[in-house]
Amino acid sequence: MRSNIIKFFSRRRSWTLPYVLFLAVFVVMPLVLIMVYAFQAKDGGLSLENFERFINQPEAANTFIYSIGIALITTIICIVLGYPAAYILSRMKLSTARVVVMLFILPMWINVLVRTLATVALFDFLTLPLGEGALIFGMVYNFLPFMVYPIYNVLQKMDHSLIEAAEDLGATPRQVFTRVVFPLSMPGIVSGVMMVFMPTISTFAISELLTMNNIKLFGTTIQENINNGMWHYGAALSLIMLVIIGITSLFTDSSSEDAANDGGLL
Amino acid sequence: MVKSNYIIEINNITKSFPDKVVLDDVSLSVKKGEFLTILGPSGCGKTTLLRLLAGFNTATKGEIRIDGEVMTDIPPHKRPVNTVFQRYALFPNYNVFDNIAFGLKLQKVDKREIEQRVKRALKMVGMTDYEHRDVQSLSGGQQQRVAIARAIVNRPQVLLLDEPLAALDLKMRKDMQMELKEMHRSLGITFVYVTHDQEEALTLSDTIVVMNEGKIQQIGTPTDIYNEPCNAFVADFIGESNILNATMVRDRLVSFMGREFECIDEGFGENTPVDVVIRPEDVYIIGNAEAAMFRGVVRSCIFKGVHYEMFVDTPDGYEIQIQDYNCFEPGQEVGMMIKPADIHVMRKERTENHVVGKVIDATHVELLGETFECAEHDLAAGSEVDVAFDFSAVELTDDPDDGVSWGTIRFILYKGDRYHLTVRTDEGENVFVDTHDVWEDLDEVGIKIAPSELHISPIAK
Repeated sequence: MRSNIIKFFSRRRSWTLPYVLFLAVFVVMPLVLIMVYAFQAKDGGLSLENFERFINQPEAANTFIYSIGIALITTIICIVLGYPAAYILSRMKLSTARVVVMLFILPMWINVLVRTLATVALFDFLTLPLGEGALIFGMVYNFLPFMVYPIYNVLQKMDHSLIEAAEDLGATPRQVFTRVVFPLSMPGIVSGVMMVFMPTISTFAISELLTMNNIKLFGTTIQENINNGMWHYGAALSLIMLVIIGITSLFTDSSSEDAANDGGLL
Repeated sequence: MVKSNYIIEINNITKSFPDKVVLDDVSLSVKKGEFLTILGPSGCGKTTLLRLLAGFNTATKGEIRIDGEVMTDIPPHKRPVNTVFQRYALFPNYNVFDNIAFGLKLQKVDKREIEQRVKRALKMVGMTDYEHRDVQSLSGGQQQRVAIARAIVNRPQVLLLDEPLAALDLKMRKDMQMELKEMHRSLGITFVYVTHDQEEALTLSDTIVVMNEGKIQQIGTPTDIYNEPCNAFVADFIGESNILNATMVRDRLVSFMGREFECIDEGFGENTPVDVVIRPEDVYIIGNAEAAMFRGVVRSCIFKGVHYEMFVDTPDGYEIQIQDYNCFEPGQEVGMMIKPADIHVMRKERTENHVVGKVIDATHVELLGETFECAEHDLAAGSEVDVAFDFSAVELTDDPDDGVSWGTIRFILYKGDRYHLTVRTDEGENVFVDTHDVWEDLDEVGIKIAPSELHISPIAK
């Protein structure tokens, strides 16, 4: 018996047990519960009435489409701002670049709510109106580093002789960028998009604070339903969001493997 | 305008980085259609020279002309050269076909012609039917073939090759050498090839340029460079050799290892100190016969495939390296012979150290950045002086702090009975040292010189 215990703990596989338990209780169980609740009517019987309600009542569906729109705009702005920043960083001396990257990441150590409240205070101070503009500003501000870092990582690791080879074969600086540097940095962009687009769909704190609750994003809708005791409908909405995110990540799947290797955030 | 028959003209090029001069006043001309190899140890500036030709770096001073045109302000993409990189540098986002077609597509060559030319280039490097392969699925040798095809498909006037075979294994390297030579013949364009492998240089080139420490040491055909090295560095770097201190007694007679040898060199003057180079295969072991010019005892004998490599100790303390088809057992006494034509005499670059110093007081002088004690003299304090001392006057210490000054060993030359070291001080001055002790390259050593060995004389104005 004693030797069995020793054997059990000396196997490396056994050491993963705590984490497996944690996963089962806090990740797998909730997912199963969401599935169960989503397909249950209020009386507890199996039904699709929650999904019918999503389709028949345009309010939630509209919020959903609006959220995707906001997420798309945020992601595009992040790419437009983040790519040049990452490119310039990758050209700097490594020691300088490290410091600047640190400055980019530093605000991320502060809680998102604190940062967003500070943004609200800033808008107040500058007497700028809160609303859609403020919302997009807040989203970009919060998620930009997640776009810059993976792109920077890929660009910085890029073999410089590839750029020289392209120049050598007759490419102008512009052609070097469009034909070699940009295509090769795709894994970083994909990684960045996954880090920005997906979380922005489900944010609710930023939208609540920066629009004084005037604009509802999908995350807010889910939160409201669940707060108001409509667990079944809230679960169905969560499931719909999960499925859509799942589908978008399938599109990027082929390159996301490279992205995880080359552009990984950590 | 008369075009010269030189495709590349490099005139007085100097390239310095903030902390270091990499190329020091280099001039070189390359003939059209020539296979020229730039050969030297790592850090000698050979790759920098190639990068200047390609346009990746710009020279601090001097001018490069390609096909008569000054290249100074011309960016890499407008130069009539293409480069084959050491680590291939194939674009991982394109397949083999698109990699090779990269340059042609930029030139907007007709689609059908691109296809034909890519096919022909692939055939030339022996990679037919590989068009649609992913470049990362290819072996090192195959990737380098694609890289060569990608360069030659553009029909450059000059092909630059930066140690293209360094990353391949020996067998593959030998095969590729033959193919490159064949390719050079059939393409008829100029190849500029950079390598640190002397055998490769001797095999491939029409002309070899030997470089060291940012300077060209010698330019010549492979046979010239091998048979007539112009200084001890070249002799030591190209092939195996015995390099010995000698004295040129008079024309056609040279003295070393305590006896006189007939040779065929003339014009060095009488009783001039020189270096002699004798290749190991040029020393004949003739058993114990009467004809022997000198004798020795075999210390070691190693089988090297075609020949045996032996080290023989002579009674006056010299060690001679010999290559012979016959094996002589260690411990055996043998007689040796050297033919007059196989003794190559080189002028010595220097016979003693000369550095500029400054007088501190009657018994101290500043040189190599430190204050050394010296014999009493009556030169005025503060005046600049020439300080001379023998190679063997310098004592090296293990701990750099034990010496008066210190330096790093940069070059070691074995002279049969002693080592001739080049020690570079902090300030970049070279001190040459003769020693019997064994040191290693890049060892940091202390430098001591006995006061009586420093010969101080005023600098003539």
